Amino acid sequence: MEVTRREFTKIGCKVIIGAAAGSAVIESVIIRGTGAENSPADEYDWNEHYWGYIVDTRICIGCGRCANACKRENDVPFDEPVYRTWVERYRTKLDGEVVIDSPNGSIDGFPDDIPPEEVKKAFYVPKICNHCDNPPCVQVCPVGATFETKDGVVLVDYKYCIGCRYCIQGCPYGARYFNTKKGTADKCTWCYHRITKGLLPACVQACPTGARKFGDLNDPDSIVNKILDTERINVLKPDLGTKPKVYYVGLDREVR
Amino acid sequence: MESLIWGYVYPNEVEIQWSILIVLYPYITGLVAGAFIASSLYHVFGKKEVKPVARFALLTALSFLLVATMPLLTHLGHPERGIEIMFTPHVTSAMSGFGYIYSFYLIVVVLEIWLSFREDIVKKAHNSKGWQELMYSALALFSYDISEKALHEDEKLAKKLAIIGIPSAAFLHGYVGFIFGGIKANPWWSTPLMPLIFLMSAIVSGIALLILLYIASMKIRKHAIDHKCLHSLAHYLWVFLIFDVTLEMLEIISMKYESLEEIDIINRLLSDKIATTFYGVQLTMGILIPFMLLLLVGIIKNRETLKMIMISISSVFVLIGVFAMRWNVVIGGQEISKSLSGTLTYVPVFFNQEGVLPAIIILIIPFIILRVVTYILPPWKDMEEEAAR
Repeated sequence: MEVTRREFTKIGCKVIIGAAAGSAVIESVIIRGTGAENSPADEYDWNEHYWGYIVDTRICIGCGRCANACKRENDVPFDEPVYRTWVERYRTKLDGEVVIDSPNGSIDGFPDDIPPEEVKKAFYVPKICNHCDNPPCVQVCPVGATFETKDGVVLVDYKYCIGCRYCIQGCPYGARYFNTKKGTADKCTWCYHRITKGLLPACVQACPTGARKFGDLNDPDSIVNKILDTERINVLKPDLGTKPKVYYVGLDREVR
Repeated sequence: MESLIWGYVYPNEVEIQWSILIVLYPYITGLVAGAFIASSLYHVFGKKEVKPVARFALLTALSFLLVATMPLLTHLGHPERGIEIMFTPHVTSAMSGFGYIYSFYLIVVVLEIWLSFREDIVKKAHNSKGWQELMYSALALFSYDISEKALHEDEKLAKKLAIIGIPSAAFLHGYVGFIFGGIKANPWWSTPLMPLIFLMSAIVSGIALLILLYIASMKIRKHAIDHKCLHSLAHYLWVFLIFDVTLEMLEIISMKYESLEEIDIINRLLSDKIATTFYGVQLTMGILIPFMLLLLVGIIKNRETLKMIMISISSVFVLIGVFAMRWNVVIGGQEISKSLSGTLTYVPVFFNQEGVLPAIIILIIPFIILRVVTYILPPWKDMEEEAAR
């Protein structure tokens, strides 16, 4: 195809204008995104909500897209063994031995290291911070840098945390980790920057089977309440009295 | 890294959070509490036989107390924010009391030392010249009244302070035990016995340290050892070893007897991960052997040199044993996964902010401080005067 000088200039101009406009748009989105991180939108009233989370272990397929999406959304380092959410695999072998694993938090999926004919029962269990109603991590923080919001989310104030790691020891679920870059404790926020804008947490959004669900416990018609009202529910380590707000459907007795 | 993990541990648990420095912290505060309580045997309970070491014990307590915050500050992700623990303490946290308990105790120890040494300080101020005169005058707070009446008042006040000091020493260390004992997430830590276990091991470690420092000081200064004092300390060491081992065994036995959900992982911890440091170092070397040796010391007549050697060996073993106990609690508790289905291994590094090297440095500093304070305030002076008389 012959391109005249006039056409070439036209295309060139379009490309330049497009690139400039595009990067401006992207930049504005990024700035809005980072500027708004962990600070709710203006119209958001945290007194109106009380968040809850459902995990249906029966339909989780262990694809690990949730764990992947979480790391991308929340800038959690991919090259460090730290996770805000992960998926565990439980396999009961024919001899009754239970093998549990979660290689790289399930981000890369699960290897077939036991021949299927040797496994009599297998299932996946997604894990995430339980945003407990009686959170031991908040109890043990010596300076009050970790706290529960009015809408029921347990957060860390990164500008206040002294990095003693007592909260990491205090969490019975292994949901907290030490952020070496920030020098503070870190954890799942239920994507607070998203849920306060009416969006779903990244892990819920990314789940292809709907094994993860998120909603408002204050709203009787929310998906979370519909499941809580009809299904048989359990929470992790109920005997510790932490009162988790991540509710499990189909939780097996082997799950720790 | 993978080979160091057995079974399943939560993905975030791969990194051990509390390192050798956090082993050092309860070890050092334990030595402080123990040394202080040893000095109280004279100051409060009037046990005259330990008088020769009473003042030295206070200086030992101070030297170790001054470094007690070092392992913590070195460990923090944001040491510059550490002071927030004083400004905005979160009262539901066992850790939030640290700043206040520590400061209060420091004041009590310093006042106690000042009262015990005031007569000496005033005399030194009178008998020295130049900057020394200025230093001792300042230490005397420019108050030179050492009349019989004033000294008697001092003694009364010192006794009152020591009476406050005992519960604060017990609190300073018992509360360290609670930092671990109050963590329901960790079955190896979570027991109401923890503060008492910490306190008893603190007392034995403090007495053992005092015995060794006393013998070493007398050897260095070529001064005769007061065997009555030494035997008395050995006797208290023996008694507190009994309390210590009783509580430690009570914890293990009830855990094994009740056999709750976590028993499998606890058994694995005890038989595999910390078998040597627990049964070998903590119980056999740290308690059983010293217990037998000190029992013999109580039975054998005369043969002072032999008894002194036995007491020294016991003290060294007790100090190593208590360090192993701190290790088994702090590191052991982190070597089991909270999933109760796996274990991991702590591999100490040498050159690192939280490595073995800073730990060694922090452990050496108190001895340097002790050398300096014993130079400024010689604790043996009155003893030598008595010997010369």
